Amino acid sequence: MPRRFVASGRRLGTLAGLFALSVLLWALTPHFLTVSNLLNVFEQTAINAIIAAGMTFVIISGGIDLSVGSLVALAGVALAAALQSGAPIPLAIAAGLGVGFGFGVLNGLAITWGRLPPFIATLGMMSVARGCALLFTEGRPISGFDPGFRALATSRLLGIPAPVVATAVVYLIARFVLSETRFGRYVYSIGGNEEATRLSGVTVWLHKTLVYGVSGLASAIAAVLLTARLNSAQPIAGIMYELDAIAATVIGGTSLMGGEGGLGGTIIGALIMGVLRNGLNLLGVSSFIQQIVIGLVIVFAVLIDTTLKARKT
Amino acid sequence: MRGICKRFPGVKALDEVCFDLRRGEVHALLGENGAGKSTLMRVLSGACTRDAGEILLDGQPVSLQSPRDAQALGISTIYQEFNLVPQLSAAENIFLGREPLRFAGIVNRRRLRDEAARLLESLGTTIDPSARVKDLSVAEQQMVEVAKALSLDARILIMDEPSSALTESEIDQLFAAIGRLTSRGVSVIYISHRMEELSRVGHRATVMRDGRHIATLPLPAPIPELVRLMVDRDVADHFPTPSRARGTELLRVEHVSRGPRLRDVSVTLYRGEILGVAGLLGAGRTELARVIAGADIPEQGRILLDGQPVRLRAPSDAIRAGIGLVPEDRKRHGIVPSQSVAANFALPQLPRLSRVGVISKRREQNLAARWIADLRIKTPTPATRVLTLSGGNQQKVVLGKWLAAGADVLIVDEPTRGIDVAAKMEIYQLLDRLAADGAAILMISSDLPEILGMSDRVLVMHQGRVQALYERHEATQARVLHAALGLAS
Repeated sequence: MPRRFVASGRRLGTLAGLFALSVLLWALTPHFLTVSNLLNVFEQTAINAIIAAGMTFVIISGGIDLSVGSLVALAGVALAAALQSGAPIPLAIAAGLGVGFGFGVLNGLAITWGRLPPFIATLGMMSVARGCALLFTEGRPISGFDPGFRALATSRLLGIPAPVVATAVVYLIARFVLSETRFGRYVYSIGGNEEATRLSGVTVWLHKTLVYGVSGLASAIAAVLLTARLNSAQPIAGIMYELDAIAATVIGGTSLMGGEGGLGGTIIGALIMGVLRNGLNLLGVSSFIQQIVIGLVIVFAVLIDTTLKARKT
Repeated sequence: MRGICKRFPGVKALDEVCFDLRRGEVHALLGENGAGKSTLMRVLSGACTRDAGEILLDGQPVSLQSPRDAQALGISTIYQEFNLVPQLSAAENIFLGREPLRFAGIVNRRRLRDEAARLLESLGTTIDPSARVKDLSVAEQQMVEVAKALSLDARILIMDEPSSALTESEIDQLFAAIGRLTSRGVSVIYISHRMEELSRVGHRATVMRDGRHIATLPLPAPIPELVRLMVDRDVADHFPTPSRARGTELLRVEHVSRGPRLRDVSVTLYRGEILGVAGLLGAGRTELARVIAGADIPEQGRILLDGQPVRLRAPSDAIRAGIGLVPEDRKRHGIVPSQSVAANFALPQLPRLSRVGVISKRREQNLAARWIADLRIKTPTPATRVLTLSGGNQQKVVLGKWLAAGADVLIVDEPTRGIDVAAKMEIYQLLDRLAADGAAILMISSDLPEILGMSDRVLVMHQGRVQALYERHEATQARVLHAALGLAS
């Protein structure tokens, strides 16, 4: 029980932070709390939230994935090229997702078989994947798709924008995998104590490799939404996305040491970042100052977490 | 040192210990693993504080609350694992943090090198002060440590097993250096398991046992006398009386070698027996356990189960073959501390508890509830995190995880280290019951009474080899210790 207690207590704190932030913005600018603006926030948050879901798997397993932004670009380019060559939409999407998952698995193999630190392996991939995207497109965006594809970003389901629905589905599935399946349990125990997990007979390298595959897949799902929304796939898309995803995960209370955390916190973390950006935009705060504010929020969120933990022990 | 006491949760590590050291003497400190030698030295070096007693230096009481205090009083310790920065030069290591400076914080390299050279020379070595420590031999690194202690004006030098990694000629050099130190009035406390060499280097020896001072006698002293002092005590009668019959052969290890710590080891393990494995630290016992558990792959030799050769290339192979390992280092290798008791129990058997990859939480809870009751694990709920449990209860979780998995061969490495007496009894009874039910248990322990009290047979290892194998009625403390020390029986 205490474990759930601690986890939910931490999550409640993050949720309270989100709530307080929203009330503050509502007081400062009435336009914040309108249905259209809130839907707008959710829509803006969707891409970061989906990447952060994959990042949460990686960070719980005790790793880090710096390549997600580049994988968004590469998967988007692959998807766009498939669409332009006349492939049916589902097949093109499958191609994009396959590229994301495949490159993620390569990250994982570099870490498990190659015994590279995750930071280095994914830093290398960040550059390699970006280079592949640029090489493949000769540096030019691929634009103009079938309205059927663009509907993935523009249509609404019962008034809810499709990207928001997609995010919800991704989180429901990811949550199920993380908390109900063997794979999810192994992700936690590898992050908690890799050697004890190995000695318990778990094929650690396989599951660790899959974790990076999941992260690559999440990036590719985000790439589908991004490409549909912009009606264009850019080889320079997704720059700095890794930092937003790590920030959302960490603000959500997942420990960078691994073994602890969850998706409930991550979605709140992503929303805090989305709400903050939206609110600062509405208030007309310059984007330069926005960067400073967001950076400080990340640092303080983690500072509060580490201070609370230090006090407990 | 007078009347030193130190308690750890559940154990009295030091009980009214007195120890005196004269100027310029080499005082050997002897005792089995866990006799309290290290704790006493940790108190003297300020690494841990005493609960009672006083320490007098030149007749004056001193406070000694931290390693810094000890350093200021001229007490230096050289641990088995050196505290050197391998990438830096010998001279830089000797003066680390106290570099001779010119103005504005610039290191005076010439003085650094000259003073280091002077110190090293005074020890009779020819080490180049600008050589990087990682390029030096173990013996040379040790001399750098000694020089570092001298640069701190050490008057008392504590050396923990200084000769264990040295060759014969290097040991001669070490003793020569120690001779130079004592002639200058430096006192040396020398901890070693190598009986033969104590009489060569030491002036007096103190024997410790069970956290108590047993005797202090002048050296040279006859080795059998020292061994008797080290082990002479009643074998506690709190062990369950073995009432089991040895069954058929279950596991056989044939000529297994791996690295320097495991050389041509052969062992046979029968159903329904507890085979105790004794030996000093570093004798290769844990390495043997890891090879059988599939955690390490042997370079040579083979392992047979029920007469059939098995390939154990990963822990998962061993588990499938019914072999479970309760590792020596519980925190690092045994438990996943951030996970619940139930999740720790379930870890090796998740495939059995899940269908198409989805865990049945109900079956997981049932499994945990059953074993928590059976092993009387004190935990508020199965969902409690393992890290909040006591050491004894954590150990029961690790044991229970293998019982739940139905292991036939159970390897327990130091099963009762760091746990309280009551939990120890329970673990003894549990191991006894398992063996009676037909499991084969390989029990590694540094606790001699535990080995003698629990085992049907005792295997003694020394420097990676099997030194001796005794039946229960043949095994005595003196015999086992003799073999563990590498002395002919």
